Amino acid sequence: MTGFSEIWSYLAEGPLLWLSATLIAYAIGDALSRAAGRAAIVNPVLIAVGLLAALLMTTGTSYDTYFEGAQFVHFMLGPATVALAVPLYANRALVRAALLPMLAALVAGSLTAVVTALAIARAMGVSGETLISLAPKSATAPVALGVSQSIGGSPTLTAVLVILTGITGAVVATPLLNLLRIRDPRARGFATGVAAHGIGTARAFQRSETTGAFAGIGMGLNALLTALLVPLIIPFFI
Amino acid sequence: MIHAITLLLAFQLAGEVLARLAGWPLPGPVLGMVGLLAAFAAFPRLHDLIQPTAQGFLAHLSLLFVPAGVGIIGHLGRLGRDGGPVALAIVISTLLAIAVGAGVFVGVARLTGAAR
Repeated sequence: MTGFSEIWSYLAEGPLLWLSATLIAYAIGDALSRAAGRAAIVNPVLIAVGLLAALLMTTGTSYDTYFEGAQFVHFMLGPATVALAVPLYANRALVRAALLPMLAALVAGSLTAVVTALAIARAMGVSGETLISLAPKSATAPVALGVSQSIGGSPTLTAVLVILTGITGAVVATPLLNLLRIRDPRARGFATGVAAHGIGTARAFQRSETTGAFAGIGMGLNALLTALLVPLIIPFFI
Repeated sequence: MIHAITLLLAFQLAGEVLARLAGWPLPGPVLGMVGLLAAFAAFPRLHDLIQPTAQGFLAHLSLLFVPAGVGIIGHLGRLGRDGGPVALAIVISTLLAIAVGAGVFVGVARLTGAAR
């Protein structure tokens, strides 16, 4: 009979173990999120990351070893970004009908998200790689990671900040917009998608189909604008 | 499905090549997305071909950032130091961005007569 440690050392060499662990951890996170009625605070990504981080630390596994398996999931971020063209194209009639309000809200929301985050963090003493990694936090993850890498940030740190931004947006959007008495579902959805990407969009779809569709458009357009704006804004803050 | 994946990867590849050649700071996949949008406008049938696969991808978008998120284990020290300010920056800037974005949308919709 083979001992557990021998099986472990065999599995630890290949990508199978950590690839499976990533999918299982996500499935657990997704099941818990469903059980909680999709409450924004019970985020499947946050749960999966927590489980995997705890597992890596207790087994003394390095991130590099883990990533050899998980890279297959990570790689799919690229094609998924390209696939964002599909909902954008499908909603082109909605986009055309509200083109001006959307473009104005896109520029205003995107600039506010980047500039205020950088200004607040810098005023409180954050600098260097951490500050740079914060800049693309409102863009959808695959784009934010790409931007972070190309401007000298840390993609893994950006991933965590993107997730936290999405959860924040999903939690605050409804009470905030009610407080401001903004009732147009297009405005509500679009602003949420621009500020809080996919996690905010998932939340917007729970409000209504229109809110969700506009959130999806906001997310797609801000992916593009963040990629253009952040490299231009960053020099003013470092 | 294979055709759809091939097209998505081909547009990503073209985006990467273009970004490198032109020296733009844009991520290759974003350029790939723009290219695919242009291709949809020129050949609407492409959209029907890619749509089911794309929807599958986008339905599980959040799974795809788990591996990068686990990288937090390399940043625990840094977050212990800068965690408070970074969290505050995220919360305030997200509140402001949603309020400003929605306010500007409603204001411009009223000005241009696109209001409901």
